[in-house]
Amino acid sequence: MRTLATLLLALALAVAAAGCGSDDDDDNAAATTAPATTAAADDCAKESLELVEAGRLTMGTDNPAFPPWFEGGTPEGSDWEINDPSTGEGFESAVAYAVAGQLGFDESEVDWVVVPFNNSFRPGDKSFDFDINQISVTDERDRAVDFSDSYYEVNQALVALEGTPITESTALADLAQYRLGAQVGTTSLDYIHDNIQPGPDPRVYDTSNDVVAALNGSQIDGIVVDLPTAFFLVGSGEVENGTVVGQFPSTGGQEHFGMLFEEGNPLRDCVNEALAALKDDGTLEEIQERWLAENTSAPVLE
Amino acid sequence: MARREHQRSRARISSRASRILGGPGGGRSLAIAAASTFVVFGVLALLVRSSPGWEEVREAFFYGPEFRESFPDILERFGTNVQLFLLAEVFILVWGLVLAVLRSLPGPVFFPLRFLSAAYTDVFRGIPTILLIFLLGFGVPALQLTGVPKSQFFWATVSLVLVYSAYVAEVYRAGIESVHPSQEAAARSLGLNRAQALRHVVLPQAIRRVVPPLLNDFIGLQKDTALVALLGVVEAFRQSQIEVAGSFNYTPYVATALIFLALTIPLTRFTDWLIARERRRRR
Repeated sequence: MRTLATLLLALALAVAAAGCGSDDDDDNAAATTAPATTAAADDCAKESLELVEAGRLTMGTDNPAFPPWFEGGTPEGSDWEINDPSTGEGFESAVAYAVAGQLGFDESEVDWVVVPFNNSFRPGDKSFDFDINQISVTDERDRAVDFSDSYYEVNQALVALEGTPITESTALADLAQYRLGAQVGTTSLDYIHDNIQPGPDPRVYDTSNDVVAALNGSQIDGIVVDLPTAFFLVGSGEVENGTVVGQFPSTGGQEHFGMLFEEGNPLRDCVNEALAALKDDGTLEEIQERWLAENTSAPVLE
Repeated sequence: MARREHQRSRARISSRASRILGGPGGGRSLAIAAASTFVVFGVLALLVRSSPGWEEVREAFFYGPEFRESFPDILERFGTNVQLFLLAEVFILVWGLVLAVLRSLPGPVFFPLRFLSAAYTDVFRGIPTILLIFLLGFGVPALQLTGVPKSQFFWATVSLVLVYSAYVAEVYRAGIESVHPSQEAAARSLGLNRAQALRHVVLPQAIRRVVPPLLNDFIGLQKDTALVALLGVVEAFRQSQIEVAGSFNYTPYVATALIFLALTIPLTRFTDWLIARERRRRR
């Protein structure tokens, strides 16, 4: 028995020593890589960018890729549903390719990867250089990842079924009696909790498809979603016999979409430069005019 | 007499203790167990604390302020889970028993009932619970039939009852079949008819034997109540998901896990104890 105890004790010491050793290694590694990243931030030349895949720009968005953010359908053999982001059509696809062009990448040097919305803004390593997926910038998200400057100012909106009582609503306060639904982790859900504060418990779903299914089955009275998506849901017939009841005023500063980067990714500054250039020469406005013009007018529910 | 009882109970305690300690009773094995436990847990603690990334892990999964902030909300939402499994369990126990009795009915005239009962258990044990919840929870309300409930809670309960009653029916059936045929024969020879024999002789013995496996299924049911979140109902798991989405810290998931464990572990131990007691009695 004594030998067993001695053995265990020896093992304990050995493990403790090994543990300390690996800690030191880690510090050394961090110390050597740190200066390299700061150096790259100053230089947005294509060759010096640190990318997920060298020489190529890898962009992420969720699948299915919904209009009006992505359009143009899916080419034969595509793994994407509804739309393939590589068509360059739809607002976000167009913005993404415009930014890529500013950075010096042509269309053949861009790859798209699927990034589920709920996973996109968690901390950690990313499989993409940036993600463009109607992600609103919030302080909490900003602590876990980095965001580009705004590429679109957005309002939340309410979608309901034609002829139901909720469509008579003209003010925020009218909505308190209804059961609303939204996707988990969205600013739409935050808007319900913070500003509408309805009596019935809001329903919270994993995907936007589930939210739509619940409305179609009259299990909820209305969906809160960003305004252009609201128009898409109604216009496309995803919500059968639906209507955009109205849009909500932004509270606490204008809500806006930003491209998402891994925390500390120096590429962010380069993309911001590209976005600034696209704003200055009117390209961004042109893209917005082309893809979102008819999707922005709805009564405001104050 | 009292002294002998006392001695016997002491012997029982020490025999149980020695089973955990892994050796013959006495102070020596206790000391060895204590020392070895101390060393092993010490090594584990050192290993965990000194491993690279431990700080990150602790920040992400065991962050005190996040725990304190999210725990009360999650606990409140856990009420929905409790409601769901208590309600579902009542229907499961009754419906499962009906299915098991139907399946054990003898004679050719009852063949269709036996067949239906067997088909039911085959189907509902064979399909994933998550699939059934989507199928009923989104599918049926979409039909827009008048008089059919649209409540998400209702359809989640129905799904769980359908699936778990199939498991529970099989547990009951095993219990019924474990009662020796001579028991029924004896009951019949006393003048009880078939139904009376089932009710007063077979089922009481059968159900007593299957209480531990029934509790096992009950534990499974408790965990599966989290699936109601799929239909949009904000219960403990969905609440923690909302908290995680707001902070990118996974501590709320750990908090939810602890709440579930606080309920399932005592029940597991209780089940173990019941099984052990049953074994002692049969000896």
